[in-house]
This record gives sequence, C-alpha cells and structure tokens, in this order.
Amino acid sequence: MCLGIPGQIVEIVDPEKNLAKVAISGIRREVNITCIVDKDHPVNSCLGEWVLVHVGFAMTRIEEEEAKKTLALLQELGEAQKELESMTSTIK
Amino acid sequence: MKYVDEFRDPNLAKSLVREINELVEVIEFSKQRPIQLMEFCGGHTHTIFRYGIEQLLPKCIELVHGPGCPVCVLPMGRVDDCVSLAQRSEVILTTFGDAMRVPGSKMSLLQAKADGADVRMVYSPLDALRLAHENKNREVIFFALGFETTMPSTALTVLQAEADGLDNFSLFCNHITTVPIIESILNTSGMQLDGFVAPGHVSMVVGEKPFNFVAEKYKKPIVITGFEPLDILQSIWLLVKQIAEQRAEVENQYARVVASRGNRQALAAMERVFELREFFEWRGLGSIDNSGIRIKDDYARFDAERKFAVPNIKITDPKSCQCGDVLRGAIKPWQCKVFAGACTPETPMGALMVSSEGACAAYYNFGSLPDLLALKLARENQEALP
Repeated sequence: MCLGIPGQIVEIVDPEKNLAKVAISGIRREVNITCIVDKDHPVNSCLGEWVLVHVGFAMTRIEEEEAKKTLALLQELGEAQKELESMTSTIK
Repeated sequence: MKYVDEFRDPNLAKSLVREINELVEVIEFSKQRPIQLMEFCGGHTHTIFRYGIEQLLPKCIELVHGPGCPVCVLPMGRVDDCVSLAQRSEVILTTFGDAMRVPGSKMSLLQAKADGADVRMVYSPLDALRLAHENKNREVIFFALGFETTMPSTALTVLQAEADGLDNFSLFCNHITTVPIIESILNTSGMQLDGFVAPGHVSMVVGEKPFNFVAEKYKKPIVITGFEPLDILQSIWLLVKQIAEQRAEVENQYARVVASRGNRQALAAMERVFELREFFEWRGLGSIDNSGIRIKDDYARFDAERKFAVPNIKITDPKSCQCGDVLRGAIKPWQCKVFAGACTPETPMGALMVSSEGACAAYYNFGSLPDLLALKLARENQEALP
C-alpha cells in the first residue's frame, strides 16, 4: 500500500477520465493518471513514461533507471510479488 | 557487517557507516545516552529489519520504530464498525488485503467473510468503483485506509463517482494524517528523540513544507527518505551530521521522487473531498486531536458513516498490550510482556504485531532465532518460579 510499484505507461485508455494502461513486470493494469497530468504535461504526452503506481494511481514520474532499481528492491523484499498478485486478482 | 554485501553499493554503504562512526565521536551527549532516531513509516521499519541496518550502526544510535503503519494503528472499534457495515445484506464491502486480518473486538473482516458477509479484496479503490457500476442494486463500500500516500486515490475515486452519477458507492473513511501524530510524539513527556527519518511517499504528496515545524519549533533534524537500504543509511548519516553540527533542518534525501512542493493535483483532490476530524482514536496511542480525516459535507452522500448507522463503540486496548510504550521508544518490542507469547503475527493482540510493517512483527519475523529462543527460555524460567 505504501511502497507502490513502478511501471511504464503503454496505452492511453480514456483521456477524459485520465485512464491509462501501465505495464508492470509483464502484466498490464488500468491506472488513473490524474496526479501526473497538468497543462504542461497533457494526457497524451504520458505515453512511454515510467511512473510510480500506488493502489491504481500513477503518483509521480520517475526515471527508467530508478524504476528498475525500485522493482529489484521490491522483489528482494517480497513486496513486488504481493502487489502483482493483488493486482491480477482484481483485474477483469 | 553481516548484511552489508546485500546492499546495491556495498562500498558506499561501508563508507557511510564509517562516516557515521566518526560523526558520533563528536556528539558529546552520546556518551551519556543513546542518540534516538525515529523512522515514522512502516515501510522503512520493514527495510531496516530486512537489511539489519541497526546492526551496522554504532551502539550509541538507537532506532525507534514509529506508528506509520496505518493498518496497525486502526482501533478495534473501527474494525467492529466496518464488520457491522459488511454484515448488512445490501452491502459489498471492499478492502485492501492488508486490512482483512486486523482483529476487531469480536472478529476480523476475514472472519466476517467466512460467516457469509460479502467482503471483497481489491487492489485499488477504482476496482470498488467498477463493482458499484456492475452491481447497481447493491451498495459498494470502500474501506479507506492510510496516510497521505493513499488519500489522493480515494479522493479522486469519490470525484469520479460523482462525475459518473453513482448513488451506490461510499467510503468508510479511516484516513489519518501524518503531522499531528509526529507533533503528538514530540509533545510526549520523557521523549528524547533526536531526529526523524521522514516518510518518503507521504512527502511525495504533501512536499517538504509540512515538516518545517519539526526543525523550527522543536529544533530537531528531519530527513525525507527513500526506501532503499542505502537511502535509509544515507539519511541516518545526514541526521547524525546535523546533530554533530548542531543544525536542525528539513533535508530531502529522496529528491528523485519527492518534489519540494509535493503533488499539486493530489493535494487539490484531497482539499476538495476531505477535512480534519477533531479527534481520532489510534490503537495503542489513544485519541489524537485533528489526526483523522473525514468526508466534507458536500460529498456526504459518499460517506458510509452518514448513509448507514454505524455503532461507533469505543473498545479499549487490552491492558497487557504495551504498543504505546514501544511506539514512544520507552521499551523495545521484545521487552513487552506479551511479545511472542500471547501476541504473535498469527494471533496479534497489539497494533504493532498486526501487519508485517509493524515494529513487533518485523522484529518477530527478522529477529534472530537465538534471541527469540532465549526470550522464551527466560519467560519459562520466570513462570516456573514460585
């Protein structure tokens, strides 16, 4: 819940509702990107960006390098697996 | 240096440890009493235990594990209220997995589910919203938990529910806010904390400014910190450096994620939907002024507490439970009378044993086996005495 998990935005699903698909360790999940969108960063500019995802919301942009390091740490802590399981169990 | 090779950059870790050792030499008071640093966030506590960070530090530095695990500090009465909501036949109660096992005075949500209540684990409040769309004849309640890290997600979900015109979605709001609890810890008499490792992802939302009071009013150093073991080690170095140089400032070690002004969009959503509660009860700590969050009147129709009557009964913590003393740093987890006896991660009695991010559970899971066996033996010997 508090650590979040990094992923890459691979598709804009609904620009009106700020919804996008994020790829995280091989799975895809719809997330809300309101918190990283403003007039300098419109929805469509987010495609391809790496973000930190907390409970289905992209909370901040991060560097690709940072994203990979964070994912490695989460895997060591056993948190990545937990997060991905809870994500996939509720995807429809 | 048992674990240092597991660090991503063992050489940097070693040089930080060396510098910390040199710095504490010039801190005079550390010869009389330990330098006490508190990490607030449960995520930090978890990393500290997992990587054995305390064992790398000089003996005169003591890490005090704070109350920043939202699942842990949820009082039993609120769990009871949530169970009573879940037991209504029209309700689908949705929750993060972490909250399923938290004990109420009679049962947890997991037990309520086994008894027939419609309790569903979700990854995101957005999943709860989707369930509300799919089940228009049911009321979908989301059990909202957490500090400022998760608050924007629930606020934005309420705003989306409003935009979608939904009338069968509501929150059982148990969000809590970081600053009042830090202030309450600083105001506790007999507290000797010398510095704070501040939560990284709360800061990502709120920015640096809300922590200024720690440095300005209380003259204590505070460092916003990331979750890598190296991040934590570097923050401890920054804190010790401030103490040695007699400075008290807010520093941001986690600038690669935390912008000094926080996240504007997240703060705006929170501001629209939420306001402070005058009082909120914390498990192990009692009532703390202005520390809880509720839904504003404008969004009352999304507030489960106003839509349904909840019993709202206060349940006092078990007397033998010493979570409050552990949280204040007065005792270590294993010094609590019920630690690893009546209170274990399987049957938690106190807040800090509930989630893997709680200090007692972290110590129980990552503390060395000889330590735990010695403790058990000492207890048995004590009980055998006449």
